[in-house]
Parts: sequence; C-alpha cells; structure tokens
Amino acid sequence: MKKTVKAELILENGVRFKGNAFGYIKETVGEVVFTTGMTGYQETLTDPSFAGQIVTMTYPLIGNYGINLEDMESRKPFLKGFVVREKCDVPNNWRCEMDIDNFLFQNKIMGLENIDTRALTRVLRDHGTMRGIITTRVDDLTPSQIKQKFDTYTNAYAVKETTIDKPYVISGRGTHLAVLDCGIKHGILRDLSKRGCKLSVFPAFTSAEEILAADPDAIFLGNGPGDPKDIPDVVETVRKLIDTGLPVLGICLGHQLISLALGCNTTRLKFGHHGGNHPVKDLKTGRVYITSQNHEFVVSDLSEDVEATFINVNDGSIEGIRHKTKPVYSVQFHPEASPGPLDTQELFDRFIKMIEEVKPHAKR
Amino acid sequence: MPRDNSIKKVLVIGSGPIVIGQAAEFDYSGTQACQSIKEEGIEVVLVNSNPATIMTDLGMAHYTYIEPLTIDFLEKVIAKERPDSIIAGMGGQTGLNLSCELYDRGILDKYHVKVIGTSIESIKEGEDRDSFKRLMERTNQPIVESDIVTDVDSAIDFAQTIGYPVIVRPAYTLGGTGGGIAHNEAELREICTQGLHLSRVGQVLIEKSIAGWKEIEFEVMRDGAGNCITVCSMENVDPVGVHTGDSIVVAPAQTLSDREYQMLRSAAINIINSIEIKGGCNVQFALDPNSYNYAVIEINPRVSRSSALASKAQAIPLPRSAPK
Repeated sequence: MKKTVKAELILENGVRFKGNAFGYIKETVGEVVFTTGMTGYQETLTDPSFAGQIVTMTYPLIGNYGINLEDMESRKPFLKGFVVREKCDVPNNWRCEMDIDNFLFQNKIMGLENIDTRALTRVLRDHGTMRGIITTRVDDLTPSQIKQKFDTYTNAYAVKETTIDKPYVISGRGTHLAVLDCGIKHGILRDLSKRGCKLSVFPAFTSAEEILAADPDAIFLGNGPGDPKDIPDVVETVRKLIDTGLPVLGICLGHQLISLALGCNTTRLKFGHHGGNHPVKDLKTGRVYITSQNHEFVVSDLSEDVEATFINVNDGSIEGIRHKTKPVYSVQFHPEASPGPLDTQELFDRFIKMIEEVKPHAKR
Repeated sequence: MPRDNSIKKVLVIGSGPIVIGQAAEFDYSGTQACQSIKEEGIEVVLVNSNPATIMTDLGMAHYTYIEPLTIDFLEKVIAKERPDSIIAGMGGQTGLNLSCELYDRGILDKYHVKVIGTSIESIKEGEDRDSFKRLMERTNQPIVESDIVTDVDSAIDFAQTIGYPVIVRPAYTLGGTGGGIAHNEAELREICTQGLHLSRVGQVLIEKSIAGWKEIEFEVMRDGAGNCITVCSMENVDPVGVHTGDSIVVAPAQTLSDREYQMLRSAAINIINSIEIKGGCNVQFALDPNSYNYAVIEINPRVSRSSALASKAQAIPLPRSAPK
C-alpha cells in the first residue's frame, strides 16, 4: 500500500477542498476548469489546449480503462493538475498499459483525489474560472504566500510551450495543407491525413512568407491553449495569409485567431465549454449536432465581413464563422472529437471540398 | 420541432401485469408519457389491465379504463372514445404488440387513429428478426451469424454449420422469455421447442454464441428532423450470456475508452437514423473485450427495461416526437 499524502486545492475566492495527492507530488498553480466528458480522460490529459490549467473531471470515477499508447493527443500532458472524485487503481481494458497514477507520476503532473468534484464544479459555475493552488502543505500556507503564488501565475506563454520546434511534413497525395501548430491535437492531423491530405506542419511563430514558400493549397489553424490576444504576432501572420486569397480554415484557437484577424473580438467565457455534450446549431440547415468542445474564450462582436454559421444551443454563443466573400471558414468546436462524439466529422470533408473548389482559381 | 396541432386525443396502452421482463419501468414510462402529453394540452385515454400502477392513479389520464389488454377491448375503447392518435412505444412489449395487431387488423385505419412517434413499419423492422438482419446489412452494421427457423430440425441443421454453443431467441416475446444457450443437440431441441411455442409468430433465431463479450446499450432519442442525442450508455456487469434480468446494469458504461464508446455511439445513431425512429430507442451491442469487433444484438424501438435508468429524460422529448 502506498502511503496517502493529504493535499488541498485552494481557490482564488478562498474556497478550499481537502483530499489526497496522487501522481507526481509537487505544489502547482493553474487556472481551474471543469470538463464534462464521461470518457476520454486520456485525450483530455494530453490535449495541449489544457496547458496551464488544473482540470477537474465532473465524471466521478476516472481511470477505469487505464492509459494506452494509442490515444495520446500530443507528445505529453501540458496541464498543471488533475482533480478527480475517485481514481481507479485496477483499470480494465484490452489496450490498457498503465494506471492513471503512474501516468501522472511519469509525466510529473500533480493529481488530487477524494474531493467533491460536483461541489467544485458548482463553485466554478457560480464564480467563473479562477486560479487555484494544489498543495500538500495543508492549512500551512500563509495568506501572503497564497497571494504571491496567484500573482506570479501567468498562462500567456502557453502556445510557446506547446508548439513544435521545427516544421515537419506528413505525406499524402491529396490536398496540401499548411498547418500552424499552436498546440494542435493529433486527432485533427489524423482526421486530415485519413482524408489523404498532405500536411506541412509549422511552429506557431513561423512567418507568412515561410509558410507560403511551401506552396500549400490552403492554410489550417488548429486548437491550442490560452488567450488568442496573447499571441498578436500569430494574428498578424493569419491576416497576411487571408489576404493572399488562399482558403483559411480553423478549429478552436484557430477559429479565434482567424476571427481576430478579420476584425472580430474575443472575450472570456464565464466558465468555458469543456466536454463532449455541447449542442450546436447549424444556422443554415437548423440541424443540431452534439459536439466536443474545449475553450475558455469565445468570438464576439462579428465584423461586417463575417457571418456566424453555428451557434451554441445552451448559451447562444458563436460556434462558427465564415467570411462573406473570401474562402475563410472556422468552427469553435472539435469535429475531430477525440474525445467526444463524432457527429460533425463530415466538416473535414466540407473543408476539403471547399479547398478543392477554390484551388483552380487561386493557382491560376 | 413544432407540435402537431391536429393531435387532440391520444390513446396510451398501459403496461399490464408486472411480470419478469415487463416490470414497473413501463408503468414509469407510461406515467411520464401521460403527464407529458397532458402538459401539451392533449386529452389522454389510458387503458390498463393492472389497477395497481401509478399510471392508473386518479388524475393521471383524462379517461382511464381498467380492462383486459386484448384487441376486442381496445377496439371498444377506441370506438367509444374515438382518439385521433395512439402512442405505441410507451407500454413496453405488450403495448407494442397490441399496437401492431390493431394496425394489422385495420382497426387503426377504420377509426382514423394515427400512430405518433415511431411508425409501425419501423417498429416491425426493429422487432422482427428477419427484417432486423436485413436492416443491419443495409446499414453496414455487424451482427452475429444467425438464421431464423420455424422448426426444430432446421435449427439443428444450422447449429451444426456454425458450431455449438448457440443461442436461441424467440421473436416477439417478453424480455426474451423462452430463449437460452444450447451447448449440444439435446439442449437445442428442448429450448427450441419451447421458444417456437412461445413466439407470437412461431419464429426463433439461432445464433452463434458470443458469450463473454461485453454487453453495452445505448438509449438514443431522435426527432422528426433527424436530430439525435444519446441519453445514456449502459454496461452490463455480467458479460453476454447472462441475461440482463439476472444481471446488474450500470450507467454510463464503465470500461470503454473514448474510441470504443464513440464507435458504438455512432453506430447506434446511424441505425436509428436509417429506420427513422421518432422518439426513444434502445440499441444493444456486444463488444469483444479484446478488440474493436462488435455486433449489434438487438434494437428496441420503444422504451426498454433499461430505459428506466435513463430516467426522466424519457418524458421530455416525447411531445417533440410527434410527427410533423
């Protein structure tokens, strides 16, 4: 039996939750968010969009099917802490390679279990997303120490941390996409690759000229962590790329960057959309899809050239946009799912069809 | 989805006696149905043979008939009350079978009663073993190797080609009554004879045993426009081979990774889209515990035993399920 170590989560508003530490034990500070996915904790753990955040699972029992080697969404977990009601120590699944405790230990992520995650979720819903500390110095931190920890926390460099160092190519015979990696999930690359796309993947801070030198048919911007306003350089690059007339497509952070480049605004949601049960409505057809989402920020105040394509049925927020005349199209939700429902998979086909339609004109 | 304003009076067939395979959950779903229809300002006529139920409590329906659940009595109730619509999927297998028979005998047509929610054709496609097999082939969904037989000798012939153990499933019975696993010819002979006797249409299905696979179910809701949600997933604690009625079901499924979960969820949605279910539907899968192989075991175009777990969610989409 491993010795249990007491730990507590301290929120900015003073609320505390006492539980037990697991994984790699070290003090950690992050933005506390909750996700409602019932399956897919491994994808959640390895999703770079969670960089800098302490993630709470609303589903009470986590780790049932262990961790496998195939469902990784990036090279490593980037989140700051992982909070569960109960972790499973005896996982059961044919692909299981290790349990969640070991996975967090190996990746140096602090875990906290045995707290009332439903109560924590309620606090976050009422007060909005806020910073939190997970510490084993239970009842031992002074108010000034706590304040200092919160004050020094920043998530402004999350994209820098999660992006890649060098460009690389995933070969394919079909449409050639230049992908800007701001912390992109492997699921998106997998879904594009499955449809025969050739993918030239670039680090987030690559210049427009360098990207265009690869002679792509279209530009693709994936998901990523943090506030899109923290990376104005990338927004500027996107603006230049849109001006070339090439199709520009985006998902999640990519959608926000495109929107900013087109003169729209982005704001922070009260407690974010995280999980696999978010209904969105296609404004053209009226159809409702259940989608996977993971975002703290949302596009608001559309500029004149831009129209909304999807809205969230729960809160009416914008979930997709298109440029009225240019081939620019993006969505806030995750058609690649991983984890989450596969209802909007055909969006990738729509992306590719759109590029193929524009292609002859752009290349002429 | 807009409400169909032509619906003024709805006949709800109750769950009848509470027996194994047809238990109190259908009282629950019928009660929820009555309440939700009444909320819409529609008159409810309820027929149930069992007075010891919640749905027959005073004030649940506008008109309550405690009568035997037979075609003759139902026809009399229809003639007297003249409802314009009937809901088939809320009284469990009894309600479903009676609705099918009312439809088959032309009684619904005679009194101009329309079926709201899932159509009788779709119900038959889901319940009838042969149409189920064709449906699965059409939607490219894997099923367990099987054949429908109407006599014991052809059952034994078929079992010899696929190998024992085999599972015997009679068509149109409550909670799989009369079915079982046969490990040899003698057992097959016994179970098959009983199954043929109990089936309303004298059919049994002989299929290859996949005992030991995980048993997973999805409760899916679909409206007339094709919008779908999965209300919940469920997993039987015991694997295929132990009857659900003897086992424990937990919701949501506990041992599936997101890939497995979404694979089955998508399959469930594809199936109900292709038979154009309007309302609730239960889809049951068997999943190999050691690979991505799965098979669709059964679809129930109605609330099922397991729907009780999906709880109150059942009632809400009901008025939505009215056809345009």
